[in-house]
Amino acid sequence: MTDERIDSLEGRDPLMIAGRSFTSRLIVGTGKYRSHEETVEAIRASGAEMVTVAVRRVDLDASKQESLLHHLDPEEFFLLPNTAGCFTADDAIRYARLGREAGLSDWVKLEVIGDQETLLPDTEALLEATRVLKAEGFTVLPYTNDDLITALRLEEAGAAAVMPLASPIGSGLGLLNPLNIRLLKSRLSVPVIVDAGVGTASDACLTMEQGVDGILMNTALAAAERPVLMASAMRLAVRAGRAAYLAGRMPTREWAVPSSPSTGLLD
Amino acid sequence: MKVEVNGTSREFVAGGSVLALLAELEIDSRMVVVERNREIVRRDDLDRVQVEDGDRFEIVQFVGGG
Repeated sequence: MTDERIDSLEGRDPLMIAGRSFTSRLIVGTGKYRSHEETVEAIRASGAEMVTVAVRRVDLDASKQESLLHHLDPEEFFLLPNTAGCFTADDAIRYARLGREAGLSDWVKLEVIGDQETLLPDTEALLEATRVLKAEGFTVLPYTNDDLITALRLEEAGAAAVMPLASPIGSGLGLLNPLNIRLLKSRLSVPVIVDAGVGTASDACLTMEQGVDGILMNTALAAAERPVLMASAMRLAVRAGRAAYLAGRMPTREWAVPSSPSTGLLD
Repeated sequence: MKVEVNGTSREFVAGGSVLALLAELEIDSRMVVVERNREIVRRDDLDRVQVEDGDRFEIVQFVGGG
């Protein structure tokens, strides 16, 4: 009989994306931490193997400052460059190519933002960029909204995973539409990674309980008062949510059902 | 010669390759990616590609992001 305890689950239940296996179903960002040291400590506490990074101009007046890469060993973490800050397909493609040249892989977290206020994706440009980058040999992980049709089109366009939001980037509002996320998961063949909006451990747990393949988060850790402690909580929450999903929850009822026998009671 | 680096015009005193430009800017070439006139200069080509007057460079690196 297999070991049903949660501690034995991680090794037997990897996250598979584009034929690559990850032990942790939690993917974390590296933005907004107070220091490089805190970033690395939080990532280690989260247990994440895949870690997102952004591509930006070198500050020529401060070029002797240590870069993030001095702290993030590519042997220890799988670095996933993003195209954050891009508002057109062309810009996102340009950033993706720069990220590939800097990094050690051809994976990209593709973002094409359509609106500065909400940071919601421009799905038309996202599809276009996905097609172009797929044709160039990239493994494309697009950040999108929770719309089923867009998700299906992204899959058709060759996305290696589809990454719908739980709620707007950096909002911490948690999972606003579990129904849509379950719908996406039930209809897509590629992995569904919920990206953005998770605020605290219960959000992460609830999200994983919908049956999605993983979660990507950044602000929930970096903006916590104690990021390393929150990262530890998120690690447990993602594992707990995954285990609860696999365990198959009890059906809900409107009325009570006794847990103790209704026979054998005293006269 | 005059070049533009990350949106700012500056003098490249020594002249020579893109690698020499990075050296003059005190940038570790292993930590950055260079675009010259909108085309990526492959890392292996940094010492072969010669900088020309008026070239426009973008020098980028990985920073924290989500």
